[in-house]
Amino acid sequence: MSTMTYLQAISDGLREEMRADERVLLMGEDVGVFGGAFKVTDGFIEEFGADRVMDTPLAESAIVGTAVGAAVVGLRPVCEMQFADFVACGFDQLVNVAGKMHYRQGLAVPITVRLPTGGGFSGGPFHSQNPEAWFMHAPGLKVVAPSTAEDAKGLLIAAIRDPNPVVFCEHKHLYRRVKGDVPAGAYETPFGARVAREGDDLAVIAYGAMVHTALEATANLDGATVRVLDLRSLVPLDEEAILETVRRCSKVVVVDEANATCAAGAQVAALIAEKGFEDLDGPVVRVSTPDVPIAFSPPLEQALLPSVDRIKEACRELLAY
Amino acid sequence: METDTATERSKLAQAAASEHLTPDDRIALLRTMLLMRGVEARAMVLYRQGKVPGSFYDGFGQEAVSVGAAFAMAAEDRLCVLHRDLGAHLVRGVPVERVFAQYMGREGGVTRGRDGNVHFGDKDLGCVGMVSMLPDMMLVATGMAMAFKLRGERRCAITWFGDGSTSRGDFHEAMNWAGVQRLPVVFVLENNQFAYSTPIEQQFAVEPSKRAAAYGFPGVPVDGNDVEAMFEAVRVARERALAGGGPTLIEAKTMRMHGHAAHDDMRYVPKELLEQWRRRDPIDRQVARVRELGVDVEALRALVDEEVEAGVEAALAMPMPDPATAREGVFAEVAEPLGDGLAPWSGFGPDREDDR
Repeated sequence: MSTMTYLQAISDGLREEMRADERVLLMGEDVGVFGGAFKVTDGFIEEFGADRVMDTPLAESAIVGTAVGAAVVGLRPVCEMQFADFVACGFDQLVNVAGKMHYRQGLAVPITVRLPTGGGFSGGPFHSQNPEAWFMHAPGLKVVAPSTAEDAKGLLIAAIRDPNPVVFCEHKHLYRRVKGDVPAGAYETPFGARVAREGDDLAVIAYGAMVHTALEATANLDGATVRVLDLRSLVPLDEEAILETVRRCSKVVVVDEANATCAAGAQVAALIAEKGFEDLDGPVVRVSTPDVPIAFSPPLEQALLPSVDRIKEACRELLAY
Repeated sequence: METDTATERSKLAQAAASEHLTPDDRIALLRTMLLMRGVEARAMVLYRQGKVPGSFYDGFGQEAVSVGAAFAMAAEDRLCVLHRDLGAHLVRGVPVERVFAQYMGREGGVTRGRDGNVHFGDKDLGCVGMVSMLPDMMLVATGMAMAFKLRGERRCAITWFGDGSTSRGDFHEAMNWAGVQRLPVVFVLENNQFAYSTPIEQQFAVEPSKRAAAYGFPGVPVDGNDVEAMFEAVRVARERALAGGGPTLIEAKTMRMHGHAAHDDMRYVPKELLEQWRRRDPIDRQVARVRELGVDVEALRALVDEEVEAGVEAALAMPMPDPATAREGVFAEVAEPLGDGLAPWSGFGPDREDDR
């Protein structure tokens, strides 16, 4: 057990799997000599060589498409999109080729696609997005989004070992901001939710960076005890943990950093409306980013992303319902 | 187009396009083309009878492209096959009844009713089925070749795509990636003159085979209606790939003799153009060669017809998929890589010509 940042934990998970399994290779733009735009793979090329830490042409469709080809002949590629936003250029390969392969032909595609997601530091409209819902809507893809260092490592290892294409959303704003104890060696974190803090009066359901925003917003909320459920996995979505949370708290705020329409939180709200209605004691309240591109200028960006204050306000209103 | 077709055909008939083909190989090439045409003609009837749901796509007139190219690939090689290329599946060993069952959406089809027409690849035979977004599979084949190279294996990947594909970004991304990494992959551009209704004049300003030079590897125009020329071009490209020479783009010049799909009457294609290409039919050409070998071609046709009919009967007896299974199989429980297919070329016999 040692203390690591979220970013170090991702590196650690990659390193563990590359040491343990020679089929694992990393592919991406500037991941080799430069060590990645965020330095996740810093030092990897020295340990594993340029073949397994591959600096690729600047071509996201090709990164995903060639990873599919390598996977179906026995490798375990881990692709890095330099920014999650750029996966739009690889969308077709991921959704149409990788996602549908097993259903159509019984052929497994064990690839992991790492997406550095999220805003909060003036990345602007093309370096701040949270595109996880694009892939939740596409059958055959798993989607995970850790919030802690320990889960970042464990979910990544589980993603690499999974026989399916897994979209791994790692939040850029957590890279160096979040630290925690991380077990040594290889371990898998299951694709399911975890309770980040117990509480009975109200629940906030979130994932990724918003788990931390939710924890801060509800740490001291007029004496109310607030459960925070960290989804960790969006596909599969941990229905039982969500419904159990509704039964326990009866009041639920769902937080997304993604744009509101059809976001992961919209799916959670729909699930609660369908299967948890009888346990509710108030409307499901959503806090999310409006359907607007993420603006560059700090006051504009802060006006869009869910903040501690917005979550607090939503919780207070719901508690008073 | 040739002016004296008879003379031309007789000239071609005398010379095999490849000295690497035995008489049995040349017969096998003809037999597989006949089988492809027979299966597709029969499937069109089933479509008209309402037994093939959706639409139906065939490769009538393009049989030489897939049969000749696939014939040059070894068992351990891997193929990403296009919808005009049923011949490649037949070369690799997909039984005819599974093809018919595939068209009819039956449980015994290669995709068990999960996908239709030639959208299939038998994973146990080293093939990956296409998706409708051409040329996505160029990248998948490039990735296979990348894995072969990384592992130091003497293997090759091949993929087919059409003239319309050359306009999309994945064509560029695959050609560039394969060129940069000098990968063992063969790109077969099936130039059949039309992408649905759009003629090649509206698709590209420069002949695609010339583009290969810009990616650092050869682009080879080939008579796509000559199965032996196709075999030879791919054989050479594969040898080059195995020797570390990198990719090759083969531009198979051919003609789509039917509409884009069964509903398409092709009124946009000039009649005289079709007539010109009809005189260059790939099966007629190979029939002439095989007759020179003293083979009873009519007997061969009769055997193929029997195989087709038996296949239809077997497929019609297969059940439709159980609706209760419609949600199954989205996710894999285990990952098993593609298996090897058949490689009938005599050069892959006990004393392999391409021996390592």
